[in-house]
Amino acid sequence: MSGTPHSTLGADEIRARVTTFLLRHIRRPELRDDENIFALGFVNSLFAMQLVMFVEQEFGVAVENDDLEIDNFSTVAAIAALVERKTAAR
Amino acid sequence: MIAGLTAQQRESRAAFRRFADEAIAPRADDFDREERLPPELVARLAREGYLGANVPPEYGGLGLDALTYGLLHEEVGRACSSVRSLLTVHAMTAHALQRWGTREQKTKWLPRLASGETVAAFGLTEPEVGSDARSVAATATVEGGSFVLDGRKKWVTFGQGASLFLVFAKSDGRDCAFLVERETPGLSVRPIHGMLGVRASMLAELHLEGCRVPRENLVGREGAGFSYVASTALDLGRYTVAWGCVGIGQACLEASFEYAAERKQFGVFLREHQLIQRMLTDMLAQVRAARLLCHQAGALREAGDPQSVTETSIAKYFASTVAARAAADAVQIQGARGCSAESPVQRYLRDAKIMEIIEGSTQMQQITIAQSGYQEHAL
Repeated sequence: MSGTPHSTLGADEIRARVTTFLLRHIRRPELRDDENIFALGFVNSLFAMQLVMFVEQEFGVAVENDDLEIDNFSTVAAIAALVERKTAAR
Repeated sequence: MIAGLTAQQRESRAAFRRFADEAIAPRADDFDREERLPPELVARLAREGYLGANVPPEYGGLGLDALTYGLLHEEVGRACSSVRSLLTVHAMTAHALQRWGTREQKTKWLPRLASGETVAAFGLTEPEVGSDARSVAATATVEGGSFVLDGRKKWVTFGQGASLFLVFAKSDGRDCAFLVERETPGLSVRPIHGMLGVRASMLAELHLEGCRVPRENLVGREGAGFSYVASTALDLGRYTVAWGCVGIGQACLEASFEYAAERKQFGVFLREHQLIQRMLTDMLAQVRAARLLCHQAGALREAGDPQSVTETSIAKYFASTVAARAAADAVQIQGARGCSAESPVQRYLRDAKIMEIIEGSTQMQQITIAQSGYQEHAL
């Protein structure tokens, strides 16, 4: 993993970074924490993989087989929660 | 040559080149004609560690960095696209396992894949499903602790020789990926012959009829088969194909410059003719540009950057179209000889056409790349 660990990163900061990344990929001015990004229809078939790579690189965590629930990646809140769980487990 | 290679990378590249020139290139036209790769060549690739080039050392692989790994595919692809295709599909399965396999799956399979004891192939495409790969018709039915697979997979590269398949099927509508061993009852492998190019890649059709695999052969979770497992494998596939296309382009360059220097028409060597110079210049510049795009994709892959996925698509798109053009010009420069069995450039042309179809056709890349362009430019 090339990302740096962020053991002290707060939930707000994690959500902000995730939102910034997602807004680059879905052409909208803003995104609510609970909006399902896959239901918005803006993402292509490569995006799921890119999102995993972003989470790993940005937050220095390893996404593994057991994390591959689409629900873990479908909203800003869910992604942030996954990052917090992975960071806490480190 | 690319600026910025480390001394180690240059050394590896030279070793790959020696290997390709000695063990592959002299026989590549025979492989093409016979439509097969001899088992002793596969064994040789295994001995060199090339079947485990992308597998981490803890599992017995070479664990090459992304750029060195790319250079291997350029050099092998320069000699023979069929051998490069074998490296690609085998590595796609190893990569998908390494990324998304369980600990047990990795421990069991990665050492065998790295050593070449097991050779793997990738079963996604079906008779009715190509580019729209998410719509596979093969099914996986849960029965006790097993999945029962039914369906057909087509155009499976090295399907004739592989002993392990990564097969994609839907279970209750959810995309799933499974490891299927060749001896599994209900699996039959039927060779496909007479292809236009990459003729020694030993294509096969897989028939799965009540083919039962244990639950522990599921790779990734149910529902992750396409978006994660197949996508991860195809992304690596595109990267190696892109480099392989640079290799085809390089082979065209070498053949064309050599021929232009030895063939005389109208009293002068071809190299003196300006229309030949134009073809040589376009070939040279485009192959170099393709190599740089591969280099860029490799650097981003090494960094684990999400942008690497798009850059890999761009590299594959550009390099495959460059290879097709370079090969067409290489044939044009050699004229009748280029169309004949006396010259390998007709093989390069046939192989290059295949490169515009596999691992996402040129048209699918255009859609993907345009979409990422929209993302980049929408403020």
